[in-house]
Amino acid sequence: MSSIFDYTLASAREALRARKVSAVELVDAHIEAIERLDGGLNSFITRTPEQARLAAKEADTLLAKGEGGSLCGLPIGIKDLFATEGVRTTAASKILGNFVPPYESTVTANLKRDGAISLGKLNLDEFAMGSTNLTSAFGGVENPWKRRDSDAKLVPGGSSGGSAAAVAAGLVLGATGTDTGGSIRQPAAFCGITGIKPTYGRCSRFGTIAFASSLDQAGPMARNLQDCAILLESMAGFDPKDSTSVNKPVPHYEAALGRGVKGLKVGIPKEYRIDGLPAEIEAIWQQGINWLKEAGAEVVDISLPHTKYGLPAYYIAALAEASSNLARYDGVRFGERVKGDSLDALYEATRAAGFGDEVKRRILLGTYVLSSGYYDAYYLRAQKVRTLLQRDFLKAYETVDVILAPTAPSGAFAWDEKPTDPVQVYLNDVFTVPASMAGVPALSIPAGLDSRGVPLGLQLIGRFFDEETLLAAGSVLEKAASFTHRPTIHAGVSA
Amino acid sequence: MSAYRITGETGEWEVIVGLEVHAQIVSQSKLFSGASAEYGGEPNTHVSLVDAGFPGMLPVLNRECVAQAVRTGLGLRAQINLFSRFDRKNYFYADLPTGYQISQFEHPIVGKGTVEIELSDGEVRHIGVTRMHMEQDAGKSIHDQDPTRSFIDLNRAGVALMEIVSEPDIRSPEEAGAYLRKLRQILRYLGTCDGNMEEGSMRADVNVSVRREGEEGYRTRCEIKNVNSVRFVMQAIEVEAQRQVDIWESGGEIDQETRLFDHVKSETRSLRTKEDAHDYRYFPEPDLLPLVIEQSWVDELKAALPELPEDKRARLEKEYGVSRYESGVLTAEQSVADFYETVARGADARLATNWILGDFFAALNRTGRSIEDSPVSAEALRELLALISDSTINGKIAKEVLEDMVETGERASVIVDRKGLRQVTDTGAIEAAINDILAANADKVAEYKSGKDKLFGFFVGQTMKAMKGKANPAMVNELLKKLLTA
Repeated sequence: MSSIFDYTLASAREALRARKVSAVELVDAHIEAIERLDGGLNSFITRTPEQARLAAKEADTLLAKGEGGSLCGLPIGIKDLFATEGVRTTAASKILGNFVPPYESTVTANLKRDGAISLGKLNLDEFAMGSTNLTSAFGGVENPWKRRDSDAKLVPGGSSGGSAAAVAAGLVLGATGTDTGGSIRQPAAFCGITGIKPTYGRCSRFGTIAFASSLDQAGPMARNLQDCAILLESMAGFDPKDSTSVNKPVPHYEAALGRGVKGLKVGIPKEYRIDGLPAEIEAIWQQGINWLKEAGAEVVDISLPHTKYGLPAYYIAALAEASSNLARYDGVRFGERVKGDSLDALYEATRAAGFGDEVKRRILLGTYVLSSGYYDAYYLRAQKVRTLLQRDFLKAYETVDVILAPTAPSGAFAWDEKPTDPVQVYLNDVFTVPASMAGVPALSIPAGLDSRGVPLGLQLIGRFFDEETLLAAGSVLEKAASFTHRPTIHAGVSA
Repeated sequence: MSAYRITGETGEWEVIVGLEVHAQIVSQSKLFSGASAEYGGEPNTHVSLVDAGFPGMLPVLNRECVAQAVRTGLGLRAQINLFSRFDRKNYFYADLPTGYQISQFEHPIVGKGTVEIELSDGEVRHIGVTRMHMEQDAGKSIHDQDPTRSFIDLNRAGVALMEIVSEPDIRSPEEAGAYLRKLRQILRYLGTCDGNMEEGSMRADVNVSVRREGEEGYRTRCEIKNVNSVRFVMQAIEVEAQRQVDIWESGGEIDQETRLFDHVKSETRSLRTKEDAHDYRYFPEPDLLPLVIEQSWVDELKAALPELPEDKRARLEKEYGVSRYESGVLTAEQSVADFYETVARGADARLATNWILGDFFAALNRTGRSIEDSPVSAEALRELLALISDSTINGKIAKEVLEDMVETGERASVIVDRKGLRQVTDTGAIEAAINDILAANADKVAEYKSGKDKLFGFFVGQTMKAMKGKANPAMVNELLKKLLTA
């Protein structure tokens, strides 16, 4: 092992147990890397080195006794959308100010229970609203990858852009993300890492700041599938505090990785071959098909006929919920308050100063689609589309076991290439949104580089609560792709 | 009874009223959180992070509140919807922490039902219930503690309410009053709402419109918000209906609006017009799954329901031979009915009825006590009545004993013994007393014998007085007759 930064979560876990490395060494090295690199990347909003060092010492004590949970001593990062007790939680918004929750989200509590050590809170698009991580009130995140021919800052994708960038740059061994319409998968693809959006209801939403309640789902982001499987097993599970979490046992996900795809039927949805799909995306998709065929899978053309309505319906459903979910940020009980002469003036001043443009735009749109006289035309129709999208998937799963598609219609673009038309930005989610709307699980794995040296991802979409088949098929793609490229900015590369 | 009419310049007007009653569900904790639902408490001490709308907090439905709603629906003889759903009603206010109220808009848990009311002349009417749903209460804004600031108390925020919506079947202030009292009675019997209007656990929104006698269809209505007593509801209807009649008759139009009732000035005032009406942007609450309940659970709840007022009334009439009027008084509160039955069961029911409705209620009134903290228990009263029945004391003495019981809390038999009030049934003693009296009033005896029958009462009085009221009245009568004719 040449560098401490060559560890994956899984190999670090083994090394810790074998006492080849101590938790203190591991955590110190990553804290040092954050200090060295994150001034530029800006993947962290809040760093918690002191707490992490203390936790590392405790972890070493446990490990020395052969004790400790499945994640004991492993340094990770937490998307700053998860409430963490005693640690500032911002949702990348000014409106939360210096909000320090007196409670812990269920997902992070689970990770803590299993011994994971948080190095801090990771940057994101404000309230998880965006696909670029440029809407954060704490500044944009830089993708650690660079194009071969340019030094331009690339976006890490979003909304879990800080998580993706930190994992890609080797600042943490894994991170939590949340995915509402692609917020785990798209940044994972942009940063050359792996991310899973589990089935809706698999991870508790308790303590996770809501964007769109019926779509939000937490998931792991890490350097490979095994790491994601390990994290997901800890994060997932029924929570009586979240009525939409599902009471099903959590499988041992790692065990599914080696199952192979022999005899598995893989669907290729024709509607995902959208107009203007770049040839490179088309090519990597074809490559994925070939890899799965070579491994013994049967590839079948399928139709998901309502795909084209997915994106508009998603933006209606998600923003409607968001407009309501964000009403609580009013300056009355917590977070920032800007004074006013009346209650309405207080609301207006607080929300005008506290929310960024994208969040305001989405609140306005969401309010509009729920308004009297428009509800039927927008919200209700979007709900109907949602049912149809779900039916598309259920019908497809009568004949196939898993669906293969690109994760995003392009690789990472530069900060200054971000379209000025918000709708163009929304198009980034075209391949990820249908699975979110249907509630089915999906993952993204890095499959290769585009002609300019930027990673591209492939997406697998599975049956409800069948994350295991996703992992099995993903593992085959992962092996075939053998994606070992590293970004320009990486902890293991000295400056 | 003649129909309630408002007589205007141009003719008679009928009043159309529908009521939306908000009743607080009796439960340990709130509708969606574990915080205490108890009334009172220091401000902001019964508040969980869910109630305060903290980021990432999620509602979890309280099963007991659902059971209470189902019981209420059964008590209203209403349709129980096995599928219902929660929606968000969005509006901004400082005492609404999340910026939305979780309510049931499109799919309420209870559908159509009826409430039977009885008017003062004995007429019975059925008022339709359109629906009933569950929702959470808001907190309280306090504006009178500081010149420049308002305070928020979230103790009430998230407490479970039932909103019971009536059909526009109510035609007079009296009917509205009877409906509210009946509803309150049913809820209290069921134990699903304490019906305490002073503490705000029952409040009504009153929808009022008027139309000319014989007119079809409805005219524009106004909604009078948050009226918190039966009397005020009745007054509000009266003044609002009169206001509307005046406007129609002077050629004006009624605007659909929300109004407030000012009981000091006895008038309603506009709160907001239709144009300012909130757009609540209702949509299904995504944090909760639809509420699906099993018929078998509804059946279980139904089997365990307490006896409802109407049924109890009919039974009391049958079992104890009380009149329609008496059964109404005795069942007004479940506690009264329970008290009555404890006394009357196995006793002289007529005696029990008369005593409870008479001297016992009078004693409660005099002492300002309620039946729940009655100074005389049902068992103690039963003992007193038994002493009358077995001729240990007579009725007149019993009144004196009851007063003593109220004062001292002692048992009737103890008082009777202590004061030596035992009825005298010894013929010799009574005869001796009578003979003394006849001897001392020879002139009156002569008058009596010459036909002045009315003097018999005088002799009875004198005898009882001499016996300190303890003589058995029947024996006094009998012996007097015998000795006067001797």
